Amino acid sequence: MAILIDKNSKIIVQGITGKSGLLHARQCRAYGSNIVGGVTPGRGGSSIEGFSVFDSVTEAVLHTKATVSMILVPAPWAADAILEAAEAGIELAVCITEGIPVRDMVMTKRYLCHSKMRLIGPNCPGLITPGECEVGIMPGSIHKKGNIGVVSRSGTLTYEAVKQLTDAGLGQSTCVGIGGDPIVGMDFIEVLKLFAGDVDTKGIFIIGEIGGDAEESAARWVKENLKKPVAAFIAGRTAPAGKRMGHAGAIITGGKGLATDKIRSLEECGVVVAQSPVKIAEAMREALNKN
Amino acid sequence: MNIHEYQAKEILKAYGVNVPRGCMVKSARQAGKAYQYFGCDCVFKAQVYAGGRGKAGGIRIVRDEAQACDIAKDLFKKRLVTAQTGAHGLPVKRLLIEEIVEVEKELYLSLTLDRRTSRYCLIASSEGGMDIEDVARKFPDKIHKLFIDPFLGVKAYHARPLCVLLGLKNKLLDEGIKLIQTLYKILLEKDCSLLEINPLVVTKDGRLLAMDCKINFDDNALFRHPEYEKMIDFSQLDALEIEARKFDLAYIKLGGHIGCMVNGAGLAMATLDILKEYGTEPANFLDVGGGASREKVAAAFRIILSDKKVRGIFVNIFGGIMRCDIIAHGIIDATKEKAPHIPIVVRMDGSNLEEGIRLLAQSGLNIEIVDNLKSGVQKIAQMMKKKKTAA
Repeated sequence: MAILIDKNSKIIVQGITGKSGLLHARQCRAYGSNIVGGVTPGRGGSSIEGFSVFDSVTEAVLHTKATVSMILVPAPWAADAILEAAEAGIELAVCITEGIPVRDMVMTKRYLCHSKMRLIGPNCPGLITPGECEVGIMPGSIHKKGNIGVVSRSGTLTYEAVKQLTDAGLGQSTCVGIGGDPIVGMDFIEVLKLFAGDVDTKGIFIIGEIGGDAEESAARWVKENLKKPVAAFIAGRTAPAGKRMGHAGAIITGGKGLATDKIRSLEECGVVVAQSPVKIAEAMREALNKN
Repeated sequence: MNIHEYQAKEILKAYGVNVPRGCMVKSARQAGKAYQYFGCDCVFKAQVYAGGRGKAGGIRIVRDEAQACDIAKDLFKKRLVTAQTGAHGLPVKRLLIEEIVEVEKELYLSLTLDRRTSRYCLIASSEGGMDIEDVARKFPDKIHKLFIDPFLGVKAYHARPLCVLLGLKNKLLDEGIKLIQTLYKILLEKDCSLLEINPLVVTKDGRLLAMDCKINFDDNALFRHPEYEKMIDFSQLDALEIEARKFDLAYIKLGGHIGCMVNGAGLAMATLDILKEYGTEPANFLDVGGGASREKVAAAFRIILSDKKVRGIFVNIFGGIMRCDIIAHGIIDATKEKAPHIPIVVRMDGSNLEEGIRLLAQSGLNIEIVDNLKSGVQKIAQMMKKKKTAA
């Protein structure tokens, strides 16, 4: 069953004629995802490598019945692309783009309060339901179908975690990269809620990092609501304060957002926290055996 | 992106916000002249990219002309070490000279993003002049917040109760409301990630005045403001950080001995964590990013090599968009002129792995290649230890 996407999802790619848009449309199609077309304003009516191109999301939805959009539009226009997807009736937008101004995302997020569309990202690797469907930029081959739900603020660190899980024989139901920006669409809790209701997900792995307090909120939610075993890893234990560690959202400010605080909250709420990035599968196993 | 106090005040002034009369100087001679020009007691404020200047001796009161030059000279000689700069401190290349104002009351106002609500948040306090984190700890009931609905902006009825809580009355109440609305306008138009006025003062002669101001710009919005590039004071940045900036690399110097090159911010942070776990000290954080070219990888590797403290290098790549062969080419290009004589361990996985390994193996460089994170860290830690014992 998995969450959010499966083999039946109809997907369009916004920015499909761009270099990375086309590259990832191609890769997702090769993985088995049902990419039904793409959008590039001004290029409507043409096709590229077998993908039909439309001028607008509304038009693409009308012709393809797509419900999912992967957004690979450059940062200056990405917030506009998200809003366009929402107005066109897309149900799930996955915005890969990094570097969207905060002001644009404040507006976008406010608009989405009144929209039925779910947003994953921005600044994220996307999501994948192994063996069925990929809407993102992750290397599909490291994933394996199984019962662990993965939710993460990171990109390559998620690949590292997934590889360790797969190598240890722990396949995944769905892996969701929620993004490394200070404002993202779906947060940990919203994804956890979906995993909680998914029969294919038997255990959950959370990958967090310094900055903000989304991990602390997630920890409390897990304690109060989730019956499934949960393990986690938090990156940035040794990060200096006041420095933005690559991700726009990864910064310790005014003594807030420390890895140690997040780890403590998670442990207090019964989550098994991997003490090292090479012990991710071990921590997941420990959590599974505990229950 | 950081800017100096004097630059932040220029922005405020352009929007009609009251700031003390002042000017920026770059030499002791100019400081003397500025003092003469004002003809009254002044305050000399060192302009560095860090807070905590007062306690560190970076803000000095000047009461006569003879003193003016000496104090300025003294400040310009300094590397100012504050609670926020680290032990190395920051050089003082610019001073802001301002006339002293008589203060009746010190208040606090700031605007920044609240991540939990995804809205901009205005914070107001009647306890100005100290760190807002300290106020939050000592007088939590004196911190007032307004979460701004971006569809509405700040209306008078939003700002009014805050101004009342700040003790502003009559004419000052109206001025306060207008000030808050103006600050929000600046925040949006200038794409600030932080706009803080601390203290905002009520002067003895009944004016509202921004005594100190800190502005940070949203790095993601710099493309909308090409003029910001000229505002950067490069004396405040590390030479290697300036170089990294040119290539749009996320690089932070940390001061240890193992140079790191990683793709992805989360993996880069985790790499620093595990290096420390194995008893070694990373020299830097460096995320080459996803779609980096061969040239960018080479630039990143050169930056690591030019850090004199670096005695070993650990490369950790999990290829996705980034291909292992591009990493290999970058490393080879960067070491073409002079092969480095320090231990190098490369952990690679993901796209085009075989080609990457082949390139590095044939390069003649003395590089250890491993296929997982754990053996990579163990290897570099071991090699560093051996090197230490040999020395």
